[in-house]
Amino acid sequence: MMSFDLLVRDVDGLEDADLARWIANSWVKPERADGRYVFEEIDIARVHLIYELRQELDVNEAALPVVLLLLDQLYDVRRHLLEIGVAIAETEPAGLHRVLQVIAERRSGR
Amino acid sequence: MDDPYKTLGVASDASQDAIRKAYRKLAKQHHPDLNPGSPKAEELFKQIAAANALLSDPEKRAQYDRGEIDAAGQERAQRPSYREHADGTAGDRYSRGAGGQGSWDAGDLGDIFGSMFGGGRRPGGAFRTDGSDERYVLTTDFLEAVNGATRRLTLPDGRVLDVKIPPGATEGLVMRLRGQGGPGRNGGKVGDALIEIHVAPHPFFERRGQDITVTLPISLSEAVLGGPIEVKTPRGPVKMQIPPGSDSGTELRLRGRGVPQSPGHAAGDLYATLRVMIGKPDDALSDFVRDWKPHDVVNPRGKMESVA
Repeated sequence: MMSFDLLVRDVDGLEDADLARWIANSWVKPERADGRYVFEEIDIARVHLIYELRQELDVNEAALPVVLLLLDQLYDVRRHLLEIGVAIAETEPAGLHRVLQVIAERRSGR
Repeated sequence: MDDPYKTLGVASDASQDAIRKAYRKLAKQHHPDLNPGSPKAEELFKQIAAANALLSDPEKRAQYDRGEIDAAGQERAQRPSYREHADGTAGDRYSRGAGGQGSWDAGDLGDIFGSMFGGGRRPGGAFRTDGSDERYVLTTDFLEAVNGATRRLTLPDGRVLDVKIPPGATEGLVMRLRGQGGPGRNGGKVGDALIEIHVAPHPFFERRGQDITVTLPISLSEAVLGGPIEVKTPRGPVKMQIPPGSDSGTELRLRGRGVPQSPGHAAGDLYATLRVMIGKPDDALSDFVRDWKPHDVVNPRGKMESVA
């Protein structure tokens, strides 16, 4: 967990105004406690990522929402997939076989 | 590691601008947070980032070109990966599905299974691990350690820490900066940064506990006639009176001018040991000494002879 000030100091070159704007745009969504922002690990990593997209990969702030939207959707899918992966790992071989069969039928029926 | 120029696909005389452009182009393609689940992209990105870290710094690049450093060892520590968190339940915060988790339509399964399913990795939400403590060595100069200072330390991952060195810091002092170490995972605590202070020697001051010693050169006339001279102390110059007839080796004490007071330690003193400098041969001095008839003739080695 990190405060606003600490995070700004943590990311070399990041300005207060940048981070405030990113929060206002909902690109970063830190929790609030006692009127102060509290950044969890994922928020910190996201700020690093956005900063890297901006600075190193030259993505401008006009294009950034599109990039983040696509990224967030990608990670939504990945989280679902990983959940399914866990479910499959615990599925009986017979049940798994049935699932794969259904997939194969659907694909060939298209 | 491979030739960093080859990794970035630039000529060895490429301009800094060309290197930056080449890095950007490759990083856009292979950034691991944009290619989650692709170990190949991750490995490639590491190499690209390491090559860029080396070549984007003109000083390091020149050292590499001269063969003083090799391409290895330039890898930057991994910064916190967005992917690791986004893959876990923490990622729900940034979910774009209307109902968050609930937006999952089982009907989509076929598409996904058929085209994408590889080996299942456990979601990140499972284990809470605390971040590790990370150790760094900070070399300060002698006076910074004595008087205290704030030093800026850039970590391998690019983070910058302002380290407050307390007055009277000694060699080997370890300072703990809470929450500045390795990141915790899945809600684990962030580790601490442990900064070990290494004090570089000073050209003329030496430390003896809380006291500081210095050898103070004086001229022959200052030694014979005495008088005020200026002495450098760790906190600036101080005027001091030399008694007439001071020998080489005389130790003078400047009270409270050593290491400043700190919790548990009183301020130390500065001990100046005089050293008479005769200087280059001087005819007038030689003539004077040749004709000089001392009042009391003293054998300076008298004590040594009585022992033998």
